[in-house]
Amino acid sequence: MKNGLSRLDAAKIDTSPLHGLWALTNRDLKKWYKVPFIFLMSLIQPFMWLALFGKAMNLTAIFTGGSFNIPGLNIPKELVNQIGRQIMLQTFGTQDYFSYLAVGMLSFISLFTAMFSGMSIVWDRRLGFLDKVLSTPVARGVIPMAKVLSTVVRALAQAAIVLLLAILLGMDASHITLSGLLGSFAALLLLIVGFASLFVTLAIRSTSWEAQMAIMNLLNLPLLFASNAMFPVTYMPEWLQTIAKINPVSYSADICRQLLLASPGMVDIGFGFTYLAAFAATLSTVGIILSWRYLSK
Amino acid sequence: MPEKVVEAHRLTKIFNRRVKAVDNVDLEIEQGEIFGLLGPNGAGKSTMINMLTTILKPTSGTAKVCGYDIVKEAAEVRRSIGVVHQEYTADEDLTGLENIMLCASLYGIPSSVAKQRAWELLELVELKDAAKRKVETYSGGMRRRLELACGLISRPTLLFLDEPTLGLDVQTRVAVWNYIRRLKEEYDMTIFMTTHYLEEADAMCDRIAIIDHGRILKVGAPSELKASLGGDIVEIGVDGEKLDLTPIITEISGVKEVKKIDKLYRIKVERGEEVAPAIIDAIRSRGVTISKLSMIKPTLDEVYLEYTGRSLREEQASEEEIRSLRRTLHRARK
Repeated sequence: MKNGLSRLDAAKIDTSPLHGLWALTNRDLKKWYKVPFIFLMSLIQPFMWLALFGKAMNLTAIFTGGSFNIPGLNIPKELVNQIGRQIMLQTFGTQDYFSYLAVGMLSFISLFTAMFSGMSIVWDRRLGFLDKVLSTPVARGVIPMAKVLSTVVRALAQAAIVLLLAILLGMDASHITLSGLLGSFAALLLLIVGFASLFVTLAIRSTSWEAQMAIMNLLNLPLLFASNAMFPVTYMPEWLQTIAKINPVSYSADICRQLLLASPGMVDIGFGFTYLAAFAATLSTVGIILSWRYLSK
Repeated sequence: MPEKVVEAHRLTKIFNRRVKAVDNVDLEIEQGEIFGLLGPNGAGKSTMINMLTTILKPTSGTAKVCGYDIVKEAAEVRRSIGVVHQEYTADEDLTGLENIMLCASLYGIPSSVAKQRAWELLELVELKDAAKRKVETYSGGMRRRLELACGLISRPTLLFLDEPTLGLDVQTRVAVWNYIRRLKEEYDMTIFMTTHYLEEADAMCDRIAIIDHGRILKVGAPSELKASLGGDIVEIGVDGEKLDLTPIITEISGVKEVKKIDKLYRIKVERGEEVAPAIIDAIRSRGVTISKLSMIKPTLDEVYLEYTGRSLREEQASEEEIRSLRRTLHRARK
């Protein structure tokens, strides 16, 4: 203002309400892609699920491959296998449990990464970085938006890598099409936006990463198990079905299975997308409004 | 007539409806000043800075910073100020240069301009060689200089410095102050600072405000504040105590109070340098030999204690403040 130099530059200053969004997003992403160790570590858990759990839980082999027999009865192997395959197909929508789980893992890894978005804002507050950002002209709403955006990029990249690993480990890739891939990642994106907004909102007032960890631990397994990520909803007790049918994780997993494995779905794809879009829109709007109000107190 | 960079009027912040952190503060800071805010922990310094930098909204009262209202025109205020926090706020996982560039984009400075300014500033704070190193490898002094560079990237009219030398060793403190002086001259800034080091405030600030319990108790130039305590003390020891010189000394103009303790006269005077020779002349003219002479000038410490009280404070800092302080000290000593 009174400073000759700042007046000179005034014309060039970006005063748009979204300025700084990319800078803040990129800052979070740099921490991730510039450190190969963290990048690899973040892939280990889904890899374990796939390689150990997915392979160990070999339901296909239980029902087919001749291991199943009833003593005293001489059922032909071919028949046993056919029954087994039919059971698998009707239960999981695919003949191969590994493929079923692998696609479910895409939603799980997205959910898990989204949960960590809250953690990073707690650290920003504790380390004073948030205070610094608050004393700059960046719009308050941009701060949670940057967290959500960086989480989306990270989670989608991880989901893509998990999918690749799954295919390498033997997932049934015969039904994958480009439009199916795009559709699946669109569903995952909506899921991530919703959950990342939720966890950023929960974390924005907190300075305690312990509390944040507790919230994450409290929610991650219920959200995983009370969904169809690992097991179909149809065979759950009714009360659990009700929860699973509210849980957005079920819908993204369902959409991905329909699109990537050509399985019959829990719900119509259109309804699934509408549900996820509503989930993402509601939580991101509420999250941004609440964070904005809290940060400009 | 110099412009007012800060004008606060009856500024008040009440937390949880009962804790008055800042209580009806009026404050004016002129263009080009270095203004120091001094006070014990929990006196309201941080709350004051947080309100003026628009991080906190006042409960009542108004303030203008660089001509903009801190509530209604918060974005404009933030665009015209720079803030160097007490904590090290730089992202340790990024390099020094990346940190400065990040700050620049938060201010909306286009990257071509930002790059040029960043290198200028890095040169000024002598971090050019370390610019591409991660901040986690920096020493306390380097971090502080990086914070200064970040605070200056927007070429602010007014720079807030919250405890700029906290936890630094003497050499680094002197160096940091040299940078601040140079930066101020280079960019013609007004500086609003807080510090716990009173001798620093004395040496650096044009004006000082002492704040306690949310109220500003005294404002003025350091020399004025010290003079307000009643001036200097001249101590004169004499040989032979038979003659009481008290009446003679009391008559000298500028002498305010004389106390005789055995052979020692303790004389309170207004301007020690000028009055002491007159006293010496008067004593010698009576044929008394002076054996000892000393002069004590009050320091800002005395002023500070006079207004904030001499009793030890219970620790009033919140848990969070203590944690942040510890972290800052820890990193400063790296």
